[in-house]
Amino acid sequence: MLYRESGQFVTSYRADQRVFRLWQERWGLALLLAVAFVMVPFIANDYWFSAILIPFLVLSLAGLGLNLLTGYAGQLSLGSAAFMAVGAFAAYNFHLRIEGMPFLLSFVFGGLAAAGVGVIFGLPSLRIKGFYLLVSTLAAQFFVQWVLTNFSWFSNNSSSGVITAPQLIIAGHDFSTPLGRYLLTLGIVAALTVLALSIVRSALGRNWMAVRDMDTAAAVIGISIARTKLVAFAVSSFFLGIAGSLWAFTYLGTVEPHGFDLTRSFQILFIIIIGGLGSVLGNFLGAAFIVLLPILLSNISNNLLAGAIDPGQLENIQKIIFGALIIFFLIKEPDGLARIWQSLKRRARVWPLRF
Amino acid sequence: MSTELSNVPILQLQSIEVVYEKVILAVKDVSLSVAANSIVALLGANGAGKSTTLKAISGLAAAQRGEVVRGRVLYQGDDITQANPAALVQGGLVQVLEGRHCFAHLGVEENLITGALIKRPTASVLKQQLERIYHYFPRLKKLRKNLAGYASGGEQQMVAIGRALMAEPKLVLLDEPSMGLAPLVVEEIFDIIGNLNQQQGVSFLLAEQNASIALKYAHHGYVIENGRVAAHGTTQELKARSDLQALYLGI
Repeated sequence: MLYRESGQFVTSYRADQRVFRLWQERWGLALLLAVAFVMVPFIANDYWFSAILIPFLVLSLAGLGLNLLTGYAGQLSLGSAAFMAVGAFAAYNFHLRIEGMPFLLSFVFGGLAAAGVGVIFGLPSLRIKGFYLLVSTLAAQFFVQWVLTNFSWFSNNSSSGVITAPQLIIAGHDFSTPLGRYLLTLGIVAALTVLALSIVRSALGRNWMAVRDMDTAAAVIGISIARTKLVAFAVSSFFLGIAGSLWAFTYLGTVEPHGFDLTRSFQILFIIIIGGLGSVLGNFLGAAFIVLLPILLSNISNNLLAGAIDPGQLENIQKIIFGALIIFFLIKEPDGLARIWQSLKRRARVWPLRF
Repeated sequence: MSTELSNVPILQLQSIEVVYEKVILAVKDVSLSVAANSIVALLGANGAGKSTTLKAISGLAAAQRGEVVRGRVLYQGDDITQANPAALVQGGLVQVLEGRHCFAHLGVEENLITGALIKRPTASVLKQQLERIYHYFPRLKKLRKNLAGYASGGEQQMVAIGRALMAEPKLVLLDEPSMGLAPLVVEEIFDIIGNLNQQQGVSFLLAEQNASIALKYAHHGYVIENGRVAAHGTTQELKARSDLQALYLGI
């Protein structure tokens, strides 16, 4: 009953093209943002900010970046962590080497640098598809990590190759506290999510989906496949680059290549597969699944079973349960968690009728 | 005893309702029956629910998140509403999908052989089966070593039908056999269908857009509109009804 479109008429094209067309969606979003920006800072503690919420948000953003490329434009990639690393190191170097560079701007430049590298590693996509493309993007993963460890210029000749992130001071405010880092991350992630929502509904997003669904048909109706694919790599890598900067600056607090290894790429890929390909919401659901569920499982088992079972065993059992849950959810909903939300919405629209 | 058996329709739908993804109602109320040794045509516009009806019978609707929520499907008197598609093929109910779907990277003969494998035939039986198919589709014999992907549209449709026949079916569900084919080729394929029906006693339930050719070969017809049976009868009756022709059949 609550989720009804009836009675909501649009009188202009502008109104019809809004990202959030229904008042239910607008109020839902406003409520969510209010909770995230106002309520959470009051109820959460430092552990929640630094160990749970910040990685959840950053990985959601990284998933969003990869989802634009894989879910919307249909190009598989295993180089996500490499593009994140480029973003992190570029942001660090821009901030370090240009006097008076504002932090936010260096994040943006980090994203742009990642976009450039993304386009270069996206070039093979013009000739190869599917799993073969996946393997060729793997090259980005190894190459970027190799460059960043072997050329000490990138880490400012630091002997260990690990750099402590500088103080996060933006417009005179210190965002270095856990709460400050949370709010900074949340703000950037929220802004980029709105940006992504608009992109996928724009002509660009529709071109991506056309290329994903059938590239021959897309070419036939006049879409330049090469340009569309490369733009997808650029935009996706931009998002990943910013996610990488946030990962280094607000979550880890250090800038090091090992934070961006192949495991991270896989993690991001799993986020979008579990969350749902071709969905913006799915990235958040997938990241919640990947980040929050293991923590929840370990808290539950530590509280309930502590002492009863050997701690080493307990950890293994948690991994087994986590793996089983992934399989269970993918069998129940092969199209990802976002699909569950979609069908709930569809049924809410016609409730209490069936169709 | 034998007369009683032949009176049981080979296939019966009792007011089935098919829903995709639990919200999209594709077929609302379709009842039909296919007598043994007969050809029944399922006619109607695009989106009327013809393909969904066929997929509901063969159990393939489940693959597209569809389910039969009401009504029953009876095959030779047994309820097969929830049956497994593979078991149905084993029992002699085979569907030929819309759009042919040959294995493009297999040869024509290899495609045909895949259809028989479910019966685990011996080499000699397999050879016999192939000869039977080549007897009805002489064109395929010339192409037997060619890749199916390089065969023409009409030949691929023949491969698809021949592949279904390799499983020695009693009832074949044919979805749009005339799609994208030249009128002469359509005629050729329907001729073969008619022969198979007369000589081998295979029953056909075919969904078709091309009403005139379907009614030429079928014994019985059902017109589906909007997920419901709008009219049915023998082909003579359907052909005689001028309102139907104007509204649905375009003959």
